[in-house]
Amino acid sequence: MKQRSVWEWIADQLRSRSMWMLHYCTGCGAIELPPSMTARFDMERFGINPMATPRQADIFLITGYLSTKTLRRVIYTYEQMPDPKYVIGFGSCTINGGIYYDSYATINRLDLYIPVDLYIAGCMPRPEAIFEAFTTLMEMIRKGEANGWKRYKENYEWYKKNQLRSLGEVYVHDEFHE
Amino acid sequence: MVALKVLAVLSTGFFFGLTLEGIGRKVTARVQRRYGPPWYQNFIDLFKTLTKHPITHGWIFDFGVLMALGGVMATLTFVPLGNLVAFPNLDNIFVILYLFAVGALGMAMGMVGSGNPNASVGVARALTQMLGYELPYLVVLSGVMFHYKTSSVSAIMNAQGDGWNLFKMPVGAIVAFISLLGMLGKKPFDTPIAPAEIASGPMVELSGKYMGLLMLMHTFSIFVEISLFVDIFLGGGNYLVFLLKFTIVWIMAVLISAILPRFRIEQVVKFYWKVPLSLAFLQVFFVLMGWVF
Repeated sequence: MKQRSVWEWIADQLRSRSMWMLHYCTGCGAIELPPSMTARFDMERFGINPMATPRQADIFLITGYLSTKTLRRVIYTYEQMPDPKYVIGFGSCTINGGIYYDSYATINRLDLYIPVDLYIAGCMPRPEAIFEAFTTLMEMIRKGEANGWKRYKENYEWYKKNQLRSLGEVYVHDEFHE
Repeated sequence: MVALKVLAVLSTGFFFGLTLEGIGRKVTARVQRRYGPPWYQNFIDLFKTLTKHPITHGWIFDFGVLMALGGVMATLTFVPLGNLVAFPNLDNIFVILYLFAVGALGMAMGMVGSGNPNASVGVARALTQMLGYELPYLVVLSGVMFHYKTSSVSAIMNAQGDGWNLFKMPVGAIVAFISLLGMLGKKPFDTPIAPAEIASGPMVELSGKYMGLLMLMHTFSIFVEISLFVDIFLGGGNYLVFLLKFTIVWIMAVLISAILPRFRIEQVVKFYWKVPLSLAFLQVFFVLMGWVF
């Protein structure tokens, strides 16, 4: 791995303390986020704030299973986010399909399609596990190990090939994307 | 000397403004029984956005962001902060109000230039809301200017030696404070940037550095708005007294915003044109009759 410059080191310290998240609530994991945001656990302590649009977001939470229809939107959203960006996969569904492993409509492994920096195991992970994941991600960013966005750029052909194999076509046909 | 003073005003706006925003987030968190972020969180947020790799949407977008930030910074230099006045004879209410529109219009132009419908809806709402709060605010200000026979902010500030306008014109001060909440975009009036409805409105396409510059512009415009209120209604004093008054007004706005839900846009305008506008006319009537304590 290439050595980081001093400027990148400082930038990584800042990025680790101010992560704006886009929670794409595809699955059941979304229900664990309100308790993590509100009074009981309060993720704003770590500078983690929910943001409304992908343009402003730093971390992308895939909260649970992904249907192939949703995967198109996830890829769109991921590509709209500015670098550097980090992805967290929630629950076993993003790792190996979870209880939906044999469904015709869901994908099984998320990191075939977009690079995942961190997984949270469990079905579903409790807020404590989510906080463990956030602090681990902060540590990884500080050390410069959260390089998913660089992997996506370097292996773009490979990711694109996987996306096309599963979806046939990544382009979304509806009234918002014409 | 003027350059030094301008620098002092701008750096006060930067350091004090960002610190107070962080403290405001902490206060909101404590009201909601959370622990809240550290007070320097907004500095981290700002510098982090400046390290990201943003996406542009054409030169109108770039120019609009720069115009917004530049316009608000230019406005700030004309605002007297206690006895720190960068341009002593130019701190006129009309100059400040006109220059302030440059920043708002720059933001409107740039954000519409991004081509996102949510941004257009947000900008339309922001301008509609401006129509709502500006009217009662300007009516009250014209009453104040009529009473003191001057439109210089410093002169009005120094003329309050015997008693603040807050007590001389209590109705007008209340109207101005309600208008101030609308200008700040605090909670009952944060319709233009409603994150849950229109995905943070004008800011929807802002990434990285653009977001950082607009956050800075927002900080500076908060500083201009509250400073104007403090100067006109809370009397004079030196720099430190001014900052103390500023903090109190800001914390009050934050406390009110922490417990209220959001108006819809037509409710905002209806509210401003019913209650504050009638009260503003009442205050002007008092001033015309000479009933100023």
